Amino acid sequence: MKTIPPSEIRSKLTELINDCLIVPDRSVTAALDNISASGEPERTAAELIVANNRTAEAQRLYCCQDTGQALFFVKLGDEVYCPDLIGTINAAVRDAYKTARKSVADPLTRINTGDNSPAIIETEPTRGDTLEITFLAKGAGSENMSRLYMLTPADGETGIINSVIDAVERGGRNACPPLVIGVGIGGVTETACSLSKRALLRPVGQNNARADVAALEKTLLEKINGLGIGVAALGGELTALAVNIETAPTHIGMLPVAVNLQCHSLRHGTVKF
Amino acid sequence: MISGPVKLSLPTDTYHIKDLLPGAMVLLDGVIYTARDQAHKRIAAAIASDENLPFDLNNAAIYYCGPTPATQGRIIGSCGPTTSSRMDAYTPLLIEHGLKVMIGKGVRSDKVVQAIKKHGAVYLTAIGGAAALYQSKVTSCELVAYPDLGCEAVYKLTVKDFPVFVSTV
Repeated sequence: MKTIPPSEIRSKLTELINDCLIVPDRSVTAALDNISASGEPERTAAELIVANNRTAEAQRLYCCQDTGQALFFVKLGDEVYCPDLIGTINAAVRDAYKTARKSVADPLTRINTGDNSPAIIETEPTRGDTLEITFLAKGAGSENMSRLYMLTPADGETGIINSVIDAVERGGRNACPPLVIGVGIGGVTETACSLSKRALLRPVGQNNARADVAALEKTLLEKINGLGIGVAALGGELTALAVNIETAPTHIGMLPVAVNLQCHSLRHGTVKF
Repeated sequence: MISGPVKLSLPTDTYHIKDLLPGAMVLLDGVIYTARDQAHKRIAAAIASDENLPFDLNNAAIYYCGPTPATQGRIIGSCGPTTSSRMDAYTPLLIEHGLKVMIGKGVRSDKVVQAIKKHGAVYLTAIGGAAALYQSKVTSCELVAYPDLGCEAVYKLTVKDFPVFVSTV
């Protein structure tokens, strides 16, 4: 049994969070820097976002003021011992967010917790002697526009397409486009929601390994970029950079579809121990 | 056709606002006040009970923003726009009491759009997620009200060449 000391996890996670909050996914900046067919004001909006991301990195500033709620996806090997892992992750959040915005409050009183804790942590037991922790910062602007549709099997692929388009038409303008769109299909309610979130972690431009799912991703991306929402919702051709779908088996009487809209400030990263 | 960037000095008068074309880029100079969810709730309550407001709403500009803390040597932290529609419930009341310029991101409700038209106000779209860039356009920052709200407090900002667009949504 391998033991990983809490101090090591805490310091590496703090560093990861800080780096992620400053430099968003480089594939997003690259896509905006290479925007080709766009007219005005979409082109200018894209240039401003690229300038923002470069300024953030050069001056070590947060790329977005909504430094988000801290989400973690943990893969914990069965030959690893990490004493007080949840406490350690929350300690790293408190450390890293000392200089970031405290965006977590009680849902009823709205009183701020003051240190951006508690983190939202999903843990998956795995085989082996490694611990892998993925961080995702999720801001309110895009998370608020995410939706869950409980379809029936008869709704099928058409129902899935209509649901994703509905979510983007209703919420896309508020969610800081260009978007990365995570879609979770199957399982029960929380399975679909979790899959839609995990789908955001897949590299932009990489389709699902299943051919039928990849085809659906391409169909959806084309339809969404035909909606005319555009960069910063100023009208244009680049509404989404990617549609990433993840699936899980579901009940014979169900077809849950969760749609998670992610803003262009896609801030995530992984650390392995 | 979209014209090139136009300058708008704040606080401004309605004469300049009515000349702004949807989609046009605008560079803001002057004073804007940050206010988001909880500050709006308190301002609306203050109006309802005829109490003093944290700043003069007449011809004022509100920026829907909750900045990150200022790090050493800086005037303000990263300060991009937040989603405007969460303020829609309070906005018509504020417009009736003199608010002229709103800066945020995303769509507005029909009631807000009607109030904007009726009172000659304007809604400007800032680029969501361009918070480090906007930080560089702020020349002064002063805490004005509600310090207990942390990042949701009201700050008086002076900005220079602050890039926004006349809303098309």
